[in-house]
Amino acid sequence: MSFRVVADLGLCQGHQMCQGEAPDVFGFDDDTDQVVLKQEHPDESLRSDVQSAVTYCPAMALAIEEDQ
Amino acid sequence: MTVSDIPEVSYAVADDGHGHLAEMRVDPIGLFQRVYDECGDIGRFRLADKDVVLVFGGEAQEQFFRAPDSTLDQAAAYPFMTPIFGKGVVFDASPEERQQMLKNQALRGEQMRGHASTIEAEINRMVAAWGDEGEIDLLDWFAELTIYTTSSCLIGKPFREELDERFAHEYHELERGTDAIAYVDPYADIESFRRRDAARENLVALVQGIIDRRKARAEVNGGSVAKEDRDLLDVLISIDMSADYITGIFISMMFAGHHTSSGTASWALIELMRHPETMSAVVKELDELYADGSEVSFQALRSIPVLESALKETLRLHPPLIILMRVVVEEIELAGHVIPAGTVVAASPRVSNRIAEDFPNPESFDPGRYIDPRQEDLQNRWTWIPFGAGKHRCVGNAFAMMQMKAIFSVILRDYEFEMVQPSEDYRDDVSKMVIQLAKPARVRYRRRAR
Repeated sequence: MSFRVVADLGLCQGHQMCQGEAPDVFGFDDDTDQVVLKQEHPDESLRSDVQSAVTYCPAMALAIEEDQ
Repeated sequence: MTVSDIPEVSYAVADDGHGHLAEMRVDPIGLFQRVYDECGDIGRFRLADKDVVLVFGGEAQEQFFRAPDSTLDQAAAYPFMTPIFGKGVVFDASPEERQQMLKNQALRGEQMRGHASTIEAEINRMVAAWGDEGEIDLLDWFAELTIYTTSSCLIGKPFREELDERFAHEYHELERGTDAIAYVDPYADIESFRRRDAARENLVALVQGIIDRRKARAEVNGGSVAKEDRDLLDVLISIDMSADYITGIFISMMFAGHHTSSGTASWALIELMRHPETMSAVVKELDELYADGSEVSFQALRSIPVLESALKETLRLHPPLIILMRVVVEEIELAGHVIPAGTVVAASPRVSNRIAEDFPNPESFDPGRYIDPRQEDLQNRWTWIPFGAGKHRCVGNAFAMMQMKAIFSVILRDYEFEMVQPSEDYRDDVSKMVIQLAKPARVRYRRRAR
């Protein structure tokens, strides 16, 4: 099983909570004030951190999609 | 397909010349629910001289929530707010401005730690007067607490220190002055609007007094004030804003975070008392979490899964805002219908959060909905909408959740609670657009045996 991280830039409000949860996966673009994905297919070891970022994103802008 | 092809809901309260306004003033939830039951994904009712088109379901609500501000305008949809904020004070910033505000101040992640400790201190201050046992009215108590927390976190500690229960009382009168008759005339000669206007004048007078003391203090100090004694009020005074305008800004800054947080805290406590097994699980979780003496201001920013699930379920069943409205600025297509400019379109969190297709057994309080793999909030991003959705999704929701976690961490650590009224007597007063807990809503507290 591997997974893909999806960030919806139509929803991101720039709270930067995800950077606290999974700093290796989520970055931030200061010009657009929005999230930047540092990696789209993180290692399985990062799954629980990414899941926390998804759960606590105040804009509900993040999701995990399972790769088939 | 145009607006006239959209089915119109029946009448449960006779049309008094303003369409469904009469029903909206006594039973808005019944009205919105009937629109869904009779009309399905899209239906409409008449509000004074306007059609209000209500959409339901993931697909139509996603279209609604994703629409840009250039298409759907939020401010114009809430005429009852203008007399409260005052003319010329913005209702809500655009998403771009909101993002800028978020960046500059108050609500960003890194500021939350400070807010958490501020909130903990405010709760401790109010609980300090409790003693070993007694009774409180939930509306009075949480409305006052959240005046202190929102003013302290969003405006500044020096300003908060000037406030007491008088400010909370006047603020409550403002919130009560939101009768839907404002859709006909926001200045109609009715009791609640007269009290609203008197309360606003009293708030301006209170703020004027605070301004005068600030100016006098600055003069004594030769025009300068120590940094720790300064807050947003000093900035606004320095650019020569009037007390009336400053009051309007403060009212608007606090509005979104006040009655919403107050109501949610009250309902969460009521639901926990109604469901002792959930209460026990939450208390056990908190006892274990704080067993090592860790700080509330630290833990409130971290995961507290059992409590969080109970809070989410409270928000699903009792969303503080029961309808979210926009005015169509530019023709938009929703659920297969072209809606012209000037129409009001809306979504109802109260009805949406209880749609059985997305939330099985919708009337039951079931915190298990949020546990993996069900995750009914994340699975239903466009219909689980206690905070709205899309670009306008409540920008303060992380702050609100942190505040709730801090409140329950403190009060459940030291006290246990019981209802002193029959369970079904705790209910909302829905006669105003800002719904609040109906009084009395009394509960008994007793210090926990340790």
